[in-house]
Amino acid sequence: MIPRPKPERFRLRRTMIFMSAQKPGLIKDAYIYGVDSIMLDLEDAVAENQKDAARFSLYHALKTIDYGDTEVIVRINGLDTPHWQEDIRVCVAGGADGIRIAKCESAQDVKTVEAAVEAAEKEFGVEVGRTLLMAALESPKGILNAYEICSASDRMFGVAISGGDFRKCMQTKPTPDGIDMVVARGQMLIAARAAGVQCFDTVFTNLDDMAGYEAEVRQNKAMGFDGKSLINPKQIRLVHEIFAPTEKEILQAEKIVRAYREQSAAGVGVFTVDGKMIDIAFIPGAERTLKLARACGLWEGDLV
Amino acid sequence: MKNYVGRDIPDYLLVNGKEVYQGKNYMDGKYMKKASPCTRRYEKPQESKIVETLADALKLCGAKSGMTFSFHHHLRDGDFVVNMVMKAAIEELGLDDLTIAATSLGAAHDPVAEYIEQGKVVGIQTSGIRGRIGEVVSKGLLKTPAIVRSHGGRPRAIEGGEVHIDIAFVAAPTSDCVGNCRGIGGKSNCGSLGYAMTDAKYADHVVVVTDCLVDFPNMPASVEAIDVDAVVVVDSIGNPKKIASAAARISQNPRDLMMAENVAKVIAATPYFKEGFSFQTGVGGPSLAANLFLEKYMDERSIRMGWAIGGICGPMVEMLKKGKVGKVIDVQDFDLDAVNSINQTPNHFEMSASQYANPANKGAFVNKLDFVVLAALEIDTGFNVNVLTGSDGVLRGAPGGHPDTAAGSKCCIIVTPLIRGRMATVCEHVVTVTTPGDCVDVLVTDYGIAVNPLRLDLIECLDKAGIPHVSIESLKEKAYSLVGRPDDLQWEDKVVAILEARDGTILDVVRKIKPFTLE
Repeated sequence: MIPRPKPERFRLRRTMIFMSAQKPGLIKDAYIYGVDSIMLDLEDAVAENQKDAARFSLYHALKTIDYGDTEVIVRINGLDTPHWQEDIRVCVAGGADGIRIAKCESAQDVKTVEAAVEAAEKEFGVEVGRTLLMAALESPKGILNAYEICSASDRMFGVAISGGDFRKCMQTKPTPDGIDMVVARGQMLIAARAAGVQCFDTVFTNLDDMAGYEAEVRQNKAMGFDGKSLINPKQIRLVHEIFAPTEKEILQAEKIVRAYREQSAAGVGVFTVDGKMIDIAFIPGAERTLKLARACGLWEGDLV
Repeated sequence: MKNYVGRDIPDYLLVNGKEVYQGKNYMDGKYMKKASPCTRRYEKPQESKIVETLADALKLCGAKSGMTFSFHHHLRDGDFVVNMVMKAAIEELGLDDLTIAATSLGAAHDPVAEYIEQGKVVGIQTSGIRGRIGEVVSKGLLKTPAIVRSHGGRPRAIEGGEVHIDIAFVAAPTSDCVGNCRGIGGKSNCGSLGYAMTDAKYADHVVVVTDCLVDFPNMPASVEAIDVDAVVVVDSIGNPKKIASAAARISQNPRDLMMAENVAKVIAATPYFKEGFSFQTGVGGPSLAANLFLEKYMDERSIRMGWAIGGICGPMVEMLKKGKVGKVIDVQDFDLDAVNSINQTPNHFEMSASQYANPANKGAFVNKLDFVVLAALEIDTGFNVNVLTGSDGVLRGAPGGHPDTAAGSKCCIIVTPLIRGRMATVCEHVVTVTTPGDCVDVLVTDYGIAVNPLRLDLIECLDKAGIPHVSIESLKEKAYSLVGRPDDLQWEDKVVAILEARDGTILDVVRKIKPFTLE
């Protein structure tokens, strides 16, 4: 039995890798690649007649494998299937850090899952509120309702768009510049930020097109995503590299935080650093840069 | 008597000056008397040395019972020559009491196992032992213990007279009528013939077996006619499909790639990674993939590899052609890209096994090696490596050049997954020590990196570069926590194989395994 610490609602989630819960060889040590979160999949990666077997292997993985600092999320089957309730019971009983709600379209969907999670927590003696939630937006309706979904529960830590299903609904195909999903990504990002939760981009499925993959990850970072969903360990490193702050950004952030502490102690609210005006509005951003830099192994200070 | 790596070596084996392993470089500076073969003079001009059959060649060389025949393994699992020769000697000439001294034996030589069972083959000396031969030797059916030596230890033993070869057989992809041999130009090409070179120089008699006779002179010859007694032309010396694979492909397995990347990181963190560095890597998944990541670091720092040695395959040839490595020198070729390149691509050369790895000569390449990347079946907390015996104690592996490159190189990196199936690769005690821990510097696994505590300098390098590393004990514990701790193997007293360290001392013995019974 591996007791996992209480999950943090907001933590570093640059990379989230999908692994079929049906494959013990994969899930037994998926953490070794240095991914931030593992997404153990009970949904599309598992054949309809293997759902039960996958739940067993998932439960035993959660109970016997020490995933360490790596977050363990489970993608459960959609609310329109006969599987999701049992999926939730297994996740909670096993002690998963969070549950990803597939094909989420409304705040009600989140609340329905939340109620089942709470019931399971009580059933298995798990601290109520421990299990986090995130939602996958896979349809135009999900995107339109993004804000109400993001703010439907205190357990919600983020939303992700699922490109395959969404493009199907929109009758589009992936384009090199991402124009096919730019509006949906943008709307989801705005909703997530408004609700104060994290936001993750969809998977990039062509493993041989590393140039296309890099372009998409750069766009993700420019648009303000917190992280990306992945399908192969070889995709991890690039995201971590691109999402890492530059040396210049780290130095600047350090200066700002340090100057702010000194100035505010001296009773000064607005001041300049390297000729730029700085006030309290800049501090959260600078602190976030430093935290990210530390998580990326690029900074060892103790300012934050 | 316990040796340097804690293995108990029976005293009855310590005769005629044999000693137990005393740590690396123990023999340094000592003198040895080289053996010289007794060879026949061919003064009268000869048009051709071709004889009709292998039996004729054996007769010409005075083959008799009790002799030692040598073979080389460039034809790998495609080799037909060992079986053909042994069949002619035993079934046509009725010889017995024979010893096979080969550079490696594998599944291709399964028929030889029967000759061992019949008591016709009584000795095996090899650098690799797999398939049925490994099984029957492990059962104790060989009259004398098999002797397993590294690729460098073997020419040392031959040159020093510990192995006397009566007849050496050279499997030659091409030969002319007097026995100038090359590894290319025929239908069973293998590239380098490096392992056959020492044998040809130190054997009393040499027989060339070829399936492609070419015009005289077949130049430049790997084995020269001046050492050859007879040439036999057969239909086929081997199965080309099993001699060289189409092209060694770099693994796409994410686990292999991750380990390979960490190997490259470690290499780039050491002071030896500079313009002109030297390198050898294996052809296993993560070992070969290390090439790929190393190239990135070389580009980043604008440095070139000075030279690479080893068994060679396509990716290294590719680097040579791109000008990223100055010279490639090899004893063996693993794929067609390498086979088609040796002695053809400028700066791609052939060398003998002695020149490659012999610890008793005056300038083996391994002694100038900066890095070697090697695999392991098992590695224990003393960094001792086993590449010979399986988890069941049966002979099924090959030390090859592993102990030589590990001992000679400045930085020896072992790369292996922590577990294979239900077996812990990192363990308390390896079944057999084939490469002693004092020659192994870094272990890279999928669960972390460990540095041999003997190498404080490398620990500092890794720390400086911010490369996390853990103790090898913690990796062992992790492995056991995943797959459980296996029971110790149960052995009988009988020694079935002696594992010589490259310097000729005894590193370990393999005993007869007790049949497993369920209680």
